[in-house]
Amino acid sequence: MLKKRIIPCLDIKNGRTVKGVNFIDIKDAGDPVELAKQYVKQGADELVFLDITATLENRKTLVELVKTIAQEINIPFTVGGGISTVEDAVALIQAGADKVSINSSAVKNPQLISDLKNRFGSQFVVVAIDTKNVNGNWKVFTEGGTFETELETVNWAKEVEKLGTGEILLTSMNSDGTKNGFDIEVTKAVSKTVNIPVIASGGAGKVEHFIEVFTKTEASAGLAASIFHFGEIPVPVLKNELKKQNIAIR
Amino acid sequence: MIAIIKYNAGNIRSVQNALTRLGYESIITDNPEEIQLADKVIFPGVGEASSAMKYLKERNLDELIVSLKQPVLGICLGLQLMCTYSEEGDTKCLGIFDARTKQFPPKEKVPHMGWNNFSELKSSKLFTNIALEDDVYYVHGYYAEVSKNTLATCDYILPFSTVMQQDNFYAMQFHPEKSADVGEQLLNNFLEL
Repeated sequence: MLKKRIIPCLDIKNGRTVKGVNFIDIKDAGDPVELAKQYVKQGADELVFLDITATLENRKTLVELVKTIAQEINIPFTVGGGISTVEDAVALIQAGADKVSINSSAVKNPQLISDLKNRFGSQFVVVAIDTKNVNGNWKVFTEGGTFETELETVNWAKEVEKLGTGEILLTSMNSDGTKNGFDIEVTKAVSKTVNIPVIASGGAGKVEHFIEVFTKTEASAGLAASIFHFGEIPVPVLKNELKKQNIAIR
Repeated sequence: MIAIIKYNAGNIRSVQNALTRLGYESIITDNPEEIQLADKVIFPGVGEASSAMKYLKERNLDELIVSLKQPVLGICLGLQLMCTYSEEGDTKCLGIFDARTKQFPPKEKVPHMGWNNFSELKSSKLFTNIALEDDVYYVHGYYAEVSKNTLATCDYILPFSTVMQQDNFYAMQFHPEKSADVGEQLLNNFLEL
């Protein structure tokens, strides 16, 4: 049976991991490679690296980092942040990224999705959608959640599927950082509308939140950052608890 | 020396990275002589079937691959190209395996993406220390039908060939290079054939 995926997300700034981490046997918590290897050992199904600086001078650092990650880890990983052209994506994929995630640039230039799909295949393209409920409507936000677009989330999800994205990373800004659980309403709406995998993101604080998102929606994966980094819910503990609930987990 | 066949699709470097982690030297090449002289050949692939076949034909790599005598391992699209035909781009393929490649009916999410276990494993040296419940990582929208060449099956929407063999030719639909310890075991088993 196809398993639900558990995906830790690492924020990267100038080639270093940003959020604090308290793994016991880690030498350098700021080293994304060291941290990634730890997650692989713990049984993470995939990893996402998000470059939050994403300035031009940092691109080279990121590409070098991706090369090292690809040499060191044996599970798939996605790289996102600041990818605005096919060339940006090419550099990361050639360095060894299994997928690239695009967000604001996909809204500004939807053609980028089909260009990447035609060049590499849809499995390389993840479209990240940041969404927020505005007066009862789920709207798409860009520029790190600071800019409200005209786009309705479910319609945009349908559109990016049509353009050839292989997967959607859906982050609810209403839930993000609250630790009150994934946004079931919007995750359910998007995951039942599109026929490509949807990664639920934003709001994970407890094991129950993963149970909820996997039983009440058609999400294929759950992504979280701080609960894993701070060791609040270690990946193996989470996976064991989900298995007990008969959720298909590796 | 292990030769990894170079073609215009995907990040074949991840296969090389996996071999390096396992302690094997390898080259990424489309040079016929280097491929012929290699102890083992890996034929990886991510991309689209018709353009991949076109690329192989332009370099006469299609004839070269079917003539190889050493163990050859196709990965992902590599497996599909080793079948007779692919529905993807209505493509005539290498014809090593007596099976066709079809598109998944959209009854579940497509592509089949993520970790899945085996539903049948035949007896093979390739499966040393591998169990039915072991999960491996998949990303594919097309599948090879079950045939006499099938060594292992996986269930997603329907049962499909996930490991195939004909003489010295082996292939895996999943990505062993991205399948953690299980994938490394499978790669090692192939490399020790």
